[in-house]
Amino acid sequence: MEESQVMHYFLMFIGAVFVNNIVLAQFLGQCPYIGCSKEKTVAIGMGAAVCFVCVLSTALTWLVQKLMLDPLGLGYLQTIVFILLIAALVQFVEMFLKKIIPPLYKSLGIFLPLITTNCCVLGLAILVQREEFGLGTAVFYSFSASAGFMLALILMAGIRERLALCRTPRALQGIPLGLIMAGLMSLCFMAFKGMIS
Amino acid sequence: MASVWKEFSKGLWAEIPPFRVVLGLCPTLAVTKSAENGIGMGLAVIFVLVLSNALISLVRKIIPKKVRIVCFIAIAATLVVAIELLMQAFTYPLYQQLGIFVPLIVVNCIILGRAEAFAAKNPVHLAIADGLGMGIGFTVALTFLGSLRELLGAGQLFGHAVMGGSFKPFTIMIEAPGAFIALGCLLALMNCISIVSARRAGKEPSVNAGGCGCGCCEVKQ
Repeated sequence: MEESQVMHYFLMFIGAVFVNNIVLAQFLGQCPYIGCSKEKTVAIGMGAAVCFVCVLSTALTWLVQKLMLDPLGLGYLQTIVFILLIAALVQFVEMFLKKIIPPLYKSLGIFLPLITTNCCVLGLAILVQREEFGLGTAVFYSFSASAGFMLALILMAGIRERLALCRTPRALQGIPLGLIMAGLMSLCFMAFKGMIS
Repeated sequence: MASVWKEFSKGLWAEIPPFRVVLGLCPTLAVTKSAENGIGMGLAVIFVLVLSNALISLVRKIIPKKVRIVCFIAIAATLVVAIELLMQAFTYPLYQQLGIFVPLIVVNCIILGRAEAFAAKNPVHLAIADGLGMGIGFTVALTFLGSLRELLGAGQLFGHAVMGGSFKPFTIMIEAPGAFIALGCLLALMNCISIVSARRAGKEPSVNAGGCGCGCCEVKQ
């Protein structure tokens, strides 16, 4: 690979993780961000599972879009085809991991059923189509973006573990405080905006 | 008739999403840059929710329990494709504004959450009432949040300047952090109201603590 190309991918990674973080700037995957961020171990598991499924599903949906939907002129069926593909893929991944790699299944298994309805996965699959990326770029982008998801989830879990020891007003406990903290984190991440033009 | 009204009205205040029952956070945060976008998103969700509730309730006795989630998703996805095409045809600027959040209605927890919690267990007329109530509640909530952010962040309401010349807008309110902070404060306010009113009635207050309320977003160990 040429140096400029390496630089291009590096900037894309930084951009997807920090500047346009998928949770904090693009608002995808809010439910797991709020729901699975109470403990760091859960956050790491969920983040890894999303990363894994996102990369696989982006590759699969990209191929289906370019090889089936586009030649046949069925682009308008994108949403329904993608969500069913993702649902099937998650089922297969679950069965595959259970049979072939039981230790991995043990750590990721409980998260997999939640991932079908995670808007990160479908959102990324549609996003890379709208940006008209090539296959390699699409897969790399979805890996970077889901790494950004994992980072946000782990940071949030870290803060929440500390916060559990503090006394907070009854009305703010749980989701309200989680959202306000997410807002402050998002404010911090906005500072990265100047980094890449 | 009374039961239909009961199911309809609970979505308007007692279980209004996303303020009381925390469902559908992604579109709530993403599209409420302005009041107009909030209404558009809300109307699209009403369309999908009412029809998906009705269809799921119709086929609820035929679907095997094991594959029900996939069936719900397939029904919702079909309706979302329909609303996507309708929006492209009639309200193209709005469709562009809402971006990927129109196809993402499929994985909106409101649709699946109501299907799982209500439509799969109740007859059609109640399911439609529930969908309509929840949808209207969601629209009202989005419009309110959108107006608040637009008012503070741009000094406008539905695109018209209303705050006068001396008002300096807090630009942060229409940026990403403003969405989180505004929704967080509104949820806290709703909790305050329910705590105070429960105390007055001498009952144990219930707050919207915990994760997303749809049951498909939290880890069950």
